[in-house]
Amino acid sequence: MSGVRVLVGTRKGAFLLTSDGHRTSWDVTGPLFGGWEIYHVNGSPKDPDRLYASQSNGWFGQILQRSDDGGRTWEAVGNDFTYEGDPGTHLFYDGSSMPWRFQRVWNLMPSATDPDTVYAGVEDAALFRSTDGGASWSELDGLRGHDSASTWAPGAGGLCLHTILPQDDSRMLVAISAAGVFATEDGGESWRPANDGLRSEFMPEPEAEVGHCVHKLAAHPERPEVVFMQKHWDVMRSDDHGRSWREISGDLPSDFGFAIDVHGHDPDTVYVVPITSDEQHFPPDGRLRVYRSRTGGDEWEPLTDGLPQEHCYVNVLRDGMAVDSMDPCGVYVGTTGGQVYGSPDGGDHWSPIVRDLPAVLSVEVQTLP
Amino acid sequence: MSAQPAPDAAAVPVRVAIPQQLRTLAGVASSEVVVQAATPLTVRSCLDALETTHPTLVGTVRDRGTGRRRPMIRIYADGEDLSDEPPDTPLPARVTDGAEPLRLVGAIAGG
Repeated sequence: MSGVRVLVGTRKGAFLLTSDGHRTSWDVTGPLFGGWEIYHVNGSPKDPDRLYASQSNGWFGQILQRSDDGGRTWEAVGNDFTYEGDPGTHLFYDGSSMPWRFQRVWNLMPSATDPDTVYAGVEDAALFRSTDGGASWSELDGLRGHDSASTWAPGAGGLCLHTILPQDDSRMLVAISAAGVFATEDGGESWRPANDGLRSEFMPEPEAEVGHCVHKLAAHPERPEVVFMQKHWDVMRSDDHGRSWREISGDLPSDFGFAIDVHGHDPDTVYVVPITSDEQHFPPDGRLRVYRSRTGGDEWEPLTDGLPQEHCYVNVLRDGMAVDSMDPCGVYVGTTGGQVYGSPDGGDHWSPIVRDLPAVLSVEVQTLP
Repeated sequence: MSAQPAPDAAAVPVRVAIPQQLRTLAGVASSEVVVQAATPLTVRSCLDALETTHPTLVGTVRDRGTGRRRPMIRIYADGEDLSDEPPDTPLPARVTDGAEPLRLVGAIAGG
């Protein structure tokens, strides 16, 4: 392994942070697409030079960008995200029905095997796929065709499909705020809710089949059946591809949060960033602490060395954490204050890679050959 | 001969002023582009021509699904606000004769 490339999406552009295997000295490139919101940048596991970026703003809508040279040059590709058929309606915050309307791409997940195949999770919630490098997009409409779709309602950030978690050639999980987790076992043709075991007190039926505000999912590629979840409140775990869930919040100072990820080599090591509450989107006690469990949940330890431990009131959004595949594993956290912190030793020690970017919306990392 | 001429059968050059972020997206350096638009010149014919010449701008000025002006884009011609006029309204003479550009303006908003 020669190094890493951290892909950072912010409120005002994208940034690429590159380093060698030591991960102590960094080159910073950017802003790319200056002035635009970059919800997500992600790279192909098959071809690390192939990157996709979701570029949008309120004036000009959605642009999809692709790079074939590791981010040196970019090309705008297809931005036609038209829902299949009559899009129907979903619920609004006040309980009224409103038509499905495309807003933006939240998440891009390139295929593990084909650089030209990439999935896009969008708001209003739907899943699209391109098999031609982003030139054209088709909705996997079996998801939005689920019987419950007309009852889906937005979370505070909108009705967004924010997590795409491929499990194998036919299985995939997606997460929607605030509908919950949905699973397919036939390559995206049909979908079922995968929320058994979730409990959300804000819902009229706290254990309903859909309606949960799931914030993020993560799984280790070599143990895909074990899935970790940061929910609105509660950190959860599934050992059966999301068929059932149990709480693993354990001794966390708060089980509210957004980001969650799994160590690059140890499937039982999980990271979260506790946030005070849904009304106070900053770390408890003004201390930015990443929490690590080495036991697959329940028992957590704070990681603080190099992170601000006073007067810190930033947030870490749902896509704000990533891990690399180096040994030891690197962990990266981006904040709404514009800092990207990196740890080259699994979270034991941290230092800021950059301090003053626009608010960070997403962090991904590529381990380069 | 078809009942209506092909759009480019009577195309004429028209100046279109576009915001900075669209210039970057279209890969043009100047604040104006010149496109060949079908006559009679209207907002619709000019935007059709703009999108044909610069396909990366499709969806950025008009909603792809509805064809309507995006809410935070305003359209001006020779001092007139055409934003809410029917898109087939003929453009003022000073735009059709090249003295003024059709102006696409991003609303002042945001932080």
